[in-house]
Amino acid sequence: MNRGAFVWTPWAVIGGFLVAAAASFAYLGVDFIALLSGESVRQMAAFAAGFYPPDTTPEFLARATRGAAETLAISAVGTLLAALMGAVLALPAAGRWGAALKPLARFALNLLRAIPELVWAAFMVLAAGLGPFAGSLALALHTGGVLGRLFAETLENSPREPTQALRDAGSGATVAFLYGTLPVVLPQFVSYALYRWEYNIRMAAVLGFVGAGGLGQMLYVSLSVFNTHEASTLILAMIAIVAVVDVLSAWLRRFLGRSGA
Amino acid sequence: MSATPAAALPAPRDPALWRRLGLAIALAIALWPALEIAEFNPATLLDPKNVETMGRFLRTFFPMVLTADFLGLVGQSALETLALATAGTALAIAIAFPLAMVVSESLSIARVGPARRAWLGPVLRAPVRVALILMRSIPEIVWALLFVRAVGLGPAAGVLAIAINYAGMLGKVYFEIFEAGDTRPARAILESGGGRVNAFLYGILPVAVPELVSYSVYRWECAIRASVVMGFVGAGGLGQQMELSMRMLAGGEVSTMLVAFLVLILLADTVSAALRRLLV
Repeated sequence: MNRGAFVWTPWAVIGGFLVAAAASFAYLGVDFIALLSGESVRQMAAFAAGFYPPDTTPEFLARATRGAAETLAISAVGTLLAALMGAVLALPAAGRWGAALKPLARFALNLLRAIPELVWAAFMVLAAGLGPFAGSLALALHTGGVLGRLFAETLENSPREPTQALRDAGSGATVAFLYGTLPVVLPQFVSYALYRWEYNIRMAAVLGFVGAGGLGQMLYVSLSVFNTHEASTLILAMIAIVAVVDVLSAWLRRFLGRSGA
Repeated sequence: MSATPAAALPAPRDPALWRRLGLAIALAIALWPALEIAEFNPATLLDPKNVETMGRFLRTFFPMVLTADFLGLVGQSALETLALATAGTALAIAIAFPLAMVVSESLSIARVGPARRAWLGPVLRAPVRVALILMRSIPEIVWALLFVRAVGLGPAAGVLAIAINYAGMLGKVYFEIFEAGDTRPARAILESGGGRVNAFLYGILPVAVPELVSYSVYRWECAIRASVVMGFVGAGGLGQQMELSMRMLAGGEVSTMLVAFLVLILLADTVSAALRRLLV
């Protein structure tokens, strides 16, 4: 590309997007001008003002804390189940159990991953009833697909020599895997699982909207009965959890990075 | 190189056995309360009532409902999802762009030298930063639920939720792109007396445009994924229809819509990947 030459592709994309956006507004037929002016804005402002002050009675704070703990527990249990499931599915997906199972396992992983957590949660509420257990299962199913794929890639890229050496020395396949492959891939597995756990904490906070426990379920109920003071406490709790997790994980990453270097 | 034959060694044992066992037990103890709080109980899956509900639901999954009427409805919902994601992203960009310009320090005249109203910059920047953080740290589906309460069921709530949440994310990323590029041209324009708008248009934008567009396209793709999910709280599109069908335990309808959803995601993925390849 010539230095200083005009690059037209981004502008073409912008032009196309503007057309698409205009078509979208037309298709939706929502009068956003009316929605964002006059009476409707006054109503929205009144609605927003109703969130102040947050409910800080000790009883409600105790319930919110319990909800936050439930959210954390859902994410931890869900991620753990997902890691176990991912590890089990990764073996066939990496071709360790024969060529026939490989495409089958890959398909299963793709399907698990393609369906969002919230849709899984709606299914799991039917299968396990309302409550946090359904949330854990939903996270486990989606995350299991994600981790399974990542684990399978790690397995495929891991060196064969240690395992081969153990096999040559006469050990069985399982022992060769446990002592030849697992120690090589385990740190990577753990770091993938931790990364997904961080993501799942955010997710667990909102899965409750379809009845899968945690802060989300409390928020949904509060908003359904228009208890906006409770709702604002719960939203603040969600923001706090995410902020704490952000800081902790940044700190942990720096710490691990330093000790690993 | 070891020449010791295996038979001469004592019984083969894992030298790290006790450490590993200890670690496993410690982890199990640490996790116990989590299992308790999350009401971990696989037995509920076998509870006759749940088995019956889920079984009835799954049995109706096939055959998929493929009547012309229903397919028309699914197509319409898919189009609505596409439209609300696109409209939401457009609004988000329109909100994020000026905010990112306000926050960006490389457009600060006060940094170059004495300026009129030098106090205005920092005073304006701090609240905008806080607003951006708030907008992006409340998840989009929470925004959707709030807007459903504020403006009613339907795609308008979804559009506004995406607009607010994604404006928070885009604002931050736009700002980072403005700052990460070569800021010397902008500075040169400011130093030679050009205004802030000119410095932006001629100093920063030409360098930043491919990356700005590429990231916005990626966000559009995310918006489609998100808007399907947001429908579950009533914010319009495919998700809202899926939620209705699930409530009626109409498995055949749900499976048709799941397939439509997967096709939509795949389409967005492909388009976004192709566009971004074009851009870089």
